Amino acid sequence: MHIAPSTFGGAIEPAMHIPDGFMSPAVSIILWIAAIAGVGYALWRVNRELDERKMPLMGVLAAAIFAGQMLNFAVTGGTSGHLMGAALATILLGPWASIVVMTAVVSIQALLFQDGGLLALGANLVNMALVGSFVSYAVYRIMQRLVGTRRWGALVSGFVAAWLSIVAAALFVGLQLALSGTSPASLALPAMGGIHLLIGLGEGLITVGALALIAATRPDLLGATGGARGGSNRGVVLAGLAIALLLAVISPIASGNPDGLEWVAEQLNFLDAAQDPAYNLVPDYVFPGVANEKAATIAAGVLGVLIVFGVALFSGRLGRRKDAVG
Amino acid sequence: MHANFIDPFHARDSLLHHVDPRVKLVLAVAFILTTALLPPAAWPGYILVFALILAVAIASALGPFFAIKRAFLVLPFVLAALPVLFTTPGEPWLHVPLGRWALTITAAGLARFASIALKSWLSMQAGILLAASTPFPQLLMAMRALRVPRLLVGVFGLMWRYLFVLADEALRLMRAREARSAALAGAGGSSVLWRAKVTGYMAGSLFLRGYERSERIYDAMLARGYDGEVRTLPLPPMARSDKAALLVGLAIVGSILALEIWVG
Repeated sequence: MHIAPSTFGGAIEPAMHIPDGFMSPAVSIILWIAAIAGVGYALWRVNRELDERKMPLMGVLAAAIFAGQMLNFAVTGGTSGHLMGAALATILLGPWASIVVMTAVVSIQALLFQDGGLLALGANLVNMALVGSFVSYAVYRIMQRLVGTRRWGALVSGFVAAWLSIVAAALFVGLQLALSGTSPASLALPAMGGIHLLIGLGEGLITVGALALIAATRPDLLGATGGARGGSNRGVVLAGLAIALLLAVISPIASGNPDGLEWVAEQLNFLDAAQDPAYNLVPDYVFPGVANEKAATIAAGVLGVLIVFGVALFSGRLGRRKDAVG
Repeated sequence: MHANFIDPFHARDSLLHHVDPRVKLVLAVAFILTTALLPPAAWPGYILVFALILAVAIASALGPFFAIKRAFLVLPFVLAALPVLFTTPGEPWLHVPLGRWALTITAAGLARFASIALKSWLSMQAGILLAASTPFPQLLMAMRALRVPRLLVGVFGLMWRYLFVLADEALRLMRAREARSAALAGAGGSSVLWRAKVTGYMAGSLFLRGYERSERIYDAMLARGYDGEVRTLPLPPMARSDKAALLVGLAIVGSILALEIWVG
């Protein structure tokens, strides 16, 4: 039995649940407002779209996701992969119910296990419940259009959706820490993004395993469309895409231009006066080459996305042929 | 083995345990907000805040070190704040030679880093004491009083009820995996991909068991007259002593803040 009580305490996911003390009050409160608006809207949609069995369903599945986060597998050298669950919940329940389920998971973790702070709960809800579900849903839908909705397509789409949901949430954490002046954007964004490009692979693999098992034993839960139910949610796809694009454009700019985010923070009066960094409006160390370098970073990012989509598309086509033969 | 140990509530017959949960929730949030609003390097303010949380800890009868020790869980995240040691402008305090490079820790950077770590550690103690002194159903009541939507409070409540059942389920799944996975000492079983797949199957079956259990729960609720409406008892009135505790608590954190911002 390798399970210790400390496993529940939060040391397993050090980077995702922001504790109190790391974010400036202004950033925390703005994110609380965003979280209340987003979760409130999701509750309204769930009330409208799901029948009365929604409450037991969402309550028990929130417990299942919480317990599912206990499951882990050894990767190497003492590190282990484990589940966040936003993508799995989104694919099986649709984006709105997933937001409610993840809200329950993240809130209980903060309130009872200090896995994430109370003042920081707004930020954690935005990152894990809202961004996690929106990005999962948008990526899953778009991938399905590319690789098809059969079993193979659902698995490939689920992998990419779970992977990117983790990366997007991690980049949001990095942005929030940078806006709070806790960690410079030039370090926080590449570090959070880079580490979670790897950690997200674990999320993707577990999600695929779970989807494969569910497709084999209860295919009705995935439905005719291969999961992510909830009818027409074009708005969610657009929101998720907008989040992804925002991150793809902001991250290289912010991390390539370390003072950029701090400058924004300074203008919005987020940083404490005591820190007083005397940043210039137009820094005189901007060379023409820097702008190109930034453009190159963005281009590399776009190229990377295209390559991932290409590989996914190719393996999806391959799988579809296999489905047709088998 | 049951997952009961995850319940953070510690039953005691203490002053803190008897305070109304609404008061405790509001004061915990006020405490954390005050700590967040203190400027960096406001050492006297931190000492006052620490004295306050220590007093609350003593009033909880859980022992003065209960929350202090548990709050060190925050340490791994402190890594995220490490760069401010080097990036905060100020007087150099220490040079760390790293081969060809050297990192310079500034005095201001050190103060800022210590402030973040301290604030985080202090805030966490408030959360720990809240969870350890308040049974979960009382926290749900406090959330209703703070106008958290009913459906959400209902989901929280059901989640809490089945958390232990599904955590037991997860422990059983892990025990089964251990029992079936023979490996040489030191060797890590099969490939990482295979281990991930097995864990994925476990997550999937946990999800399915939860799903099917929720169907049975719904049937049972239906049999007992559930009609989709979440009904709750009216909130009990607050005792006069609880109202006084709320006012005194807010006055204390307010004056610490005022002292630090206008005087300090």
